Amino acid sequence: MTSGQLGISRTMAGAEREVRVSLAARIYIGVVVVAALAAAWRAPVFEPTPPAGRGQPGFPSTAVTHPWAALAVLMALFLICDSARAPLTSRQTKWSPSSSATLAAAVLLGPGAAGLVGAMSLVSLRRRLQAEERLFNGAMHALAGIAAGSAYVAIYDHVGLPQAGHFRMILLAFAAAAAVHVLTNHGLLWGIYRLNRANPVLRAEMPESSLALLLASDLGYASLGLVIAALWAHLEWFAAVIVLVPLFVARWAMAQFAGEQRAYTATMNALCQAVETKDYYTRGHGDRVSRGAVMIARQIGMSSARTDAIRFAGMLHDVGKLGVPTQVLQKTGPLTEDEFAAIQLHPMRGLEIVREIGFLYEALNGIMHHHERIDGRGYPMGLAGHEIPEFARVIAVADAFDSMTSTRSYREAKSIDQAIIELRRGAGTQFDPLIVQAFVAALAQVGWERPGPAGAPIDLATVTVQDHDDPTAPLQVVVP
Amino acid sequence: MTSPRTRRPEPDRLAYWQAMDSGRLLLMGAAAMLVTASFAVSGVLIHGHLQSQVDWHAAFAFGGFVAFGELLRLALPGGREAAPIAMVGAMSYALLLNEPNGPLNNPKLPAVLVVAVCAVGMTVGALPHIAAGRPAGLTGMCSRLVAVAGVAFIFRSVVVGFLLKNGMWELELAVMAVLIFFGWLIDTVIGALIRADDVGALFSVALVDEMQLQWPLGLAVGASVIITVFSVQVLGLAVLIAFIGPLLVTQVAFRRYAGIRATYLQTVRSLARVTEVAGYVEAGHSRRVSRLAVSVGRGLGMAETELLALEYAALMHDIGQLSLVHPIPGGATVLVSRADQDRIAELGSDVIRRAGVLDEVAELVRCQAWPARGHDPAPPLGSRIIRAANAFDDMVGSSTDRDRSAVAIDRMRLDPVGYDVEVVDALRDVAGRRVPSRL
Repeated sequence: MTSGQLGISRTMAGAEREVRVSLAARIYIGVVVVAALAAAWRAPVFEPTPPAGRGQPGFPSTAVTHPWAALAVLMALFLICDSARAPLTSRQTKWSPSSSATLAAAVLLGPGAAGLVGAMSLVSLRRRLQAEERLFNGAMHALAGIAAGSAYVAIYDHVGLPQAGHFRMILLAFAAAAAVHVLTNHGLLWGIYRLNRANPVLRAEMPESSLALLLASDLGYASLGLVIAALWAHLEWFAAVIVLVPLFVARWAMAQFAGEQRAYTATMNALCQAVETKDYYTRGHGDRVSRGAVMIARQIGMSSARTDAIRFAGMLHDVGKLGVPTQVLQKTGPLTEDEFAAIQLHPMRGLEIVREIGFLYEALNGIMHHHERIDGRGYPMGLAGHEIPEFARVIAVADAFDSMTSTRSYREAKSIDQAIIELRRGAGTQFDPLIVQAFVAALAQVGWERPGPAGAPIDLATVTVQDHDDPTAPLQVVVP
Repeated sequence: MTSPRTRRPEPDRLAYWQAMDSGRLLLMGAAAMLVTASFAVSGVLIHGHLQSQVDWHAAFAFGGFVAFGELLRLALPGGREAAPIAMVGAMSYALLLNEPNGPLNNPKLPAVLVVAVCAVGMTVGALPHIAAGRPAGLTGMCSRLVAVAGVAFIFRSVVVGFLLKNGMWELELAVMAVLIFFGWLIDTVIGALIRADDVGALFSVALVDEMQLQWPLGLAVGASVIITVFSVQVLGLAVLIAFIGPLLVTQVAFRRYAGIRATYLQTVRSLARVTEVAGYVEAGHSRRVSRLAVSVGRGLGMAETELLALEYAALMHDIGQLSLVHPIPGGATVLVSRADQDRIAELGSDVIRRAGVLDEVAELVRCQAWPARGHDPAPPLGSRIIRAANAFDDMVGSSTDRDRSAVAIDRMRLDPVGYDVEVVDALRDVAGRRVPSRL
């Protein structure tokens, strides 16, 4: 986290992202804090135990024997869960199940106590949190706790150790409380994202994690709150400890998953680089095309699974070039028809290599058809218009753009503006106009990092003399 | 499993295959006997003095839980299968405590009834797998059932009376923890036995691998069992619904972990073929070398984590050739000079090291061309294996001709400096039987 950025944490499921806070967002945080204070003002810390026989026989006194001790244990549980975060699917999204502590407090002690437990976010053990973040997190979780506790009391009308025989009612009340907690938590977070919408960094990061998964794990871990409450009658404080075990195992597995995923991406990058070492000028091409394709994918609102797939498709789109003989790639003059055919075959060779990887089918399509043209004059199959798979249309634009903005042996790199003009010129004939438009818009927001000027080629590398990706200098073929 | 039907197996190999099948048969026979006996005794008890005392609600609830868990099996790395949710249901039912005034109406839950209910639950849960054309997973089911039966018989016949007299929760907890560990141990040992037979690994190595892989999941299952048993005592059976959520989240986490590992391996397998497509090496070379290398490594008692590194290294051992402008004829690195071999190895190692996460693999690739003896520093075992497997494949290729492989082996044996004698002997065993060895 660099200075000047804030991490607004979504501790419920625990997503955490870095957000630059705008003025509107600051006002919003202020409103949330005031609302939390107002709610806390009205809620007593411990719900008074209803006098026996309050017109509801069968509700024996079930108050927790040492409420302050219970509160302290649950606060500690919240802090531990809050501090032990694991990365979820992306670098920015972190995961932790502290909501179970808040909801257990709502069941055992009442809305006020749930609010107090949630407010522990203020003193989160995570370092590098700034005052605004702590304030917002604390207020958000306090509000969510109070709201959930109130929902529980509204339905079950009773706070304390859950009793056998009332379980259906308790389950119903708890489900309502969990739903209210999730809604409050995500609703308040959604507000802060909404107010920071102008921030391009945030926009780019939003689609990365899947909301469905977050909500599911939220609700899953929320139900542990009820388990803690149920165990309290028998095991007291040990209930909190034993419930932590499966949580931490799950967290461990998630961390392993994230580690493997990072390793996977790194290995993939290294292998792609190895493929590119064969050709001096196209080094980093796959990586940049991949980035460009992801920019477009986000701009046109692709789902996160498809975005991941297109990232890999972009990286690997030219892997089949390895099957093209070196002397063809190095040839200076016009190509014979056979040589041109060898180049035209490279998408198929690429497909051959990656076919067995468990990719989405679409990624394979993207690799195979990335040299098709909208007017039907492309290769290998001469598809036209919307016959061309969406992935291929996206990769084609990113591919041509990177080729034009990189240095080649026969010309200098074009500027970004020149390359955009070329893309626009090709829109409708070579490229899908909508994709070009989306790419130009994404470029304006995110920017583009051009490869550094290429130095002198070193000994081992071969040098492409004609770039098959360059739309401004099409391959010259000898017409017999 | 492809049995070597095309060739007549050698006598000692035949015994080996037979032993493998009988291990599985023994397990299934034991489970079948257990189930039959449990049904018979349960039947007698229910019609006899237990008639009015069986809590059918609990039986249905836990049986359903087991069936649900069996339906949601979990693939773990290495082609293993687990059913953690089913295990939680079965173990909890086995360890259920009979509270005199509790919500459960089963003052005496006999162990046989536990086994019978779990067997029915597992079978019901396996039916959709069979209907969908997936393997029934009979071995895993039998192993789980035997583990649960062991725990249930000890707990129900020995411990439970004592615990009911005592009644301290700390004691209950300790007894349960010990028994759960015991059940986990049974399941893990059976799993290791089966696996050792399947892939041809040493049992001691397989057991350590199995324990290393299974302990996190075992810990989660154990804690979940304790939580389930205690909260069912308090709130009754409906609380089982509240567990499904957290268990599913844990399961999803494990599934994603296993999934990315599988994709990772698949990707490296596919991308290692770039050298073939580019015409640097013969088609299928890297895959054959990696299979040979893994089999040899396993025969020499390497652990599963080492085998994974070995497989990656063997798959990518020729990646350095991509940096050569002109392919070596036939890609046979065994035919080029030592200096060139080392240079290819270094280049490949650099590529892999750039990933930043596979340093061990990069080291194996770097040392792959070093002679087994007399080189300082000495090459690691993995590199010696890759060197031998690579040379073998360069000489034999995809041919399955026994004479040809015998000649290749003899040639390597004549060079005890270049090739590790132990590795070559293991290679001879492996090449003779061609067991599919994938991780």
